[in-house]
Amino acid sequence: MATSKEKIELKNLGGSKVKNDDINIETGSWRLKGGLAQMLKGGVIMDVINADEAKIAEQSGAVAVMALERVPADIRKDGGVARMSDPKMIKDIISSVSIPVMAKCRIGHLAEAQILQHLGVDYADESEVLTPADNNFHINKWDFNMPFVCGATDLGEALRRIGEGSAMIRTKGEAGTGDVVQAVYHARTVNTQLKKVLMLDKEELMTEAKNLGAPYELLLEIKKLGRLPVVNFAAGGIATPADAALMMQIGVDGVFVGSGIFKSGDAEKRAKAIVQATTHYENPDILAKVSEDLGEAMVGINISSLPKEDRLENRGV
Amino acid sequence: MKIGILALQGDFHEHQTCFNKLEVDTQLVKSIEELNKCDSLVIPGGESTTISKLLVSTKIDKVLTKKALEGFPVWGTCAGLILISNKVIENDPKPLKLINITTSRNFYGRQIDSFVEKINFEDDDYEAIFIRAPKIVDTKKDIEILSSTNDGTPVAVKSNNIFGTSFHPELTDDLRIHKMFVDMTSNK
Repeated sequence: MATSKEKIELKNLGGSKVKNDDINIETGSWRLKGGLAQMLKGGVIMDVINADEAKIAEQSGAVAVMALERVPADIRKDGGVARMSDPKMIKDIISSVSIPVMAKCRIGHLAEAQILQHLGVDYADESEVLTPADNNFHINKWDFNMPFVCGATDLGEALRRIGEGSAMIRTKGEAGTGDVVQAVYHARTVNTQLKKVLMLDKEELMTEAKNLGAPYELLLEIKKLGRLPVVNFAAGGIATPADAALMMQIGVDGVFVGSGIFKSGDAEKRAKAIVQATTHYENPDILAKVSEDLGEAMVGINISSLPKEDRLENRGV
Repeated sequence: MKIGILALQGDFHEHQTCFNKLEVDTQLVKSIEELNKCDSLVIPGGESTTISKLLVSTKIDKVLTKKALEGFPVWGTCAGLILISNKVIENDPKPLKLINITTSRNFYGRQIDSFVEKINFEDDDYEAIFIRAPKIVDTKKDIEILSSTNDGTPVAVKSNNIFGTSFHPELTDDLRIHKMFVDMTSNK
């Protein structure tokens, strides 16, 4: 992140320019990273653990799949250390679908991220769902041509991740529970804090940056754009079409569904229903139709029964 | 005049922002009723497989195809270009067959291969943003090629009322291409 007082334009940061035969080709830049996230807007990104699930997700209308070894519900149940997935599994998934493939690496684990980039993963999720590799620092994501998405519980956390080079943000709803309450809380918190920044005078911004623990330049960027500088998805605990519609109405740009699909009774039917709900989120007629007869939703864990130390949202803030 | 923007999935708000800057009235389209209020339609960037499924479930596909045959202007960007083409090499998604070109999806590779290239549009430099872009691999005789990349690949094509770009004009501040579609809509 540049720190000069000069006008900073995010779109000019990162990436490389190669000049061949007088032709300028720019790759891996901020606008290309953020651009892919913009293409995912209004869509559903689904967690999958193998090529078969990835194909079902694609056929159901997912805009991307997230390749991981175990869905969060199982990570929670099994315990132990959760790591980046086997590269062979990621390669299988990449070759089996035409939509973008995302994959998770541990917080701070830059070597895992390098492997993901090498495999051709379209978006890396530096994720609290896996066991953190670094309790203090995140990856410097500007070093990569592959874009990153990171979780955030509030605006300060979102802007710290963007400051490190994350080109997309998602809420840090409590993954693997099927309880949407934390995703709602995080999305609402970010919205409220954004509204405040937009109201403040320039004189007040530095203090607000201090209070949020956020880079000052990004508050200027928010003032300029009138919104968050990157796409913001909901993630964690989304289990039903109505959950997806709720998050869209709160104002997120799209949804991640993790354990909610392949841990439910009829995965394909539920996946299709959540895709419909994410598009037609303001249409109760369609929402009612697609919510009908979906079979059993994932069982779920009530957040209030989870001790604080077991909550993933407290990792890597 | 009202320009419709298909809002089933993708970067439709970015298109809307561009038209707003040109002070043109827009309508986000998620249903046949909304489509019928419009004088033209933009199919935005997004995931073509997703948008294709939603076009079928809303039944917009059939109505749009019929309107396009009657001269209704349609502009597809990236995923939208795939959807309006006559043939998609990968056979998925099933395109609407509005313009006589063949496209190939994700032709340039994965996201790390996405690129920005300076091309020429209306005799001036234009920064074209290609994100997991399709390639126009074949164009029939009646297709007007408005822009190509430096290797000679057509990237902006037009045939009567149908217009397609394999890049994303909605991600730049250069409004010339949106202006062109506004003119296409008002001249129909």
